[in-house]
Amino acid sequence: MALIDLANPTRFLSLSGRALPWLAAATALAFAYGFWLTAGAPDDYQQGATVKIMFIHVPSAWLAMFGWMVMSIAALGTLVWRHPLADMAAKAAAPIGATFTLICLITGSLWGRPMWGTYWVWDARLTSVFVLFLMYLGVIALWRTVDDPTRAGRAAAILTLVGAINIPIIKFSVDWWNTLHQPASVVKMSGPAIHPTILLPLLAMAAAFTLLFITLHVAAMRNEILKRRVRSMHMMQAEAAPGR
Amino acid sequence: MDLGPHAAFIIAAYSASALILALLIGWIAIENRSLKRTLADFEARGITRRSDERKATLRKAEPRQSPA
Repeated sequence: MALIDLANPTRFLSLSGRALPWLAAATALAFAYGFWLTAGAPDDYQQGATVKIMFIHVPSAWLAMFGWMVMSIAALGTLVWRHPLADMAAKAAAPIGATFTLICLITGSLWGRPMWGTYWVWDARLTSVFVLFLMYLGVIALWRTVDDPTRAGRAAAILTLVGAINIPIIKFSVDWWNTLHQPASVVKMSGPAIHPTILLPLLAMAAAFTLLFITLHVAAMRNEILKRRVRSMHMMQAEAAPGR
Repeated sequence: MDLGPHAAFIIAAYSASALILALLIGWIAIENRSLKRTLADFEARGITRRSDERKATLRKAEPRQSPA
């Protein structure tokens, strides 16, 4: 089966319906393994036990950016190829991305209070992630404002592609500006700067969070398809109403 | 497991994340159930999508294969 076959919403519903229980089971298993490693992880020599907050903060930060990248690829699908599922994929990813961004901001400030002595500073990394959260809310609001999903999809796609400029800003903010936030310690040219006893639980939790993102995205896309069906049925009902 | 002097911050971070994710999962699950119920209600009232109607018409029009 070619990938283009998935462009058919009915085919997508059928395939995703079969895949969803497996994805959910894989997510649960990955979280069980991640939490087991987290519980056994040693304290960091500087951060102490608060390093455990990093096991949810860092994956949430990655997925906050990943969500916007998914939306940007979907936006290209909407504007360039007019892929039938593209704007549904973008719309479904927005609240999930916003959720992970919110988790990133909350866990980051809960880590910052004992380690930095403050919940929040307006440094480049924190501010650019906060801007990402506001952009997610903006796209969600735009989807809700425009009634016609096709028009809303195109407007949201343009906004998403413009907003994609914030992703490299978030990533390189710690290199470009003098920030309180530490520079990259996992994804860097010279390899991870973290001891394997802490790196392994971090990567296991990142895998679990990524699986959760995929599972929720597939489930939310299914909801989007059903929503469009309900909408078209409401329109058919209105057309068939007497007096028209 | 000893979480040290900052245990409250660690527990708060994990609890807040669990709560936010539970809300997201619950919202998606409840929305799915509600949409399926609405679609079933439409179908019960005989309102089906045009593509479903076309498929049903084609299925009726297909000649039945007689057992050889």
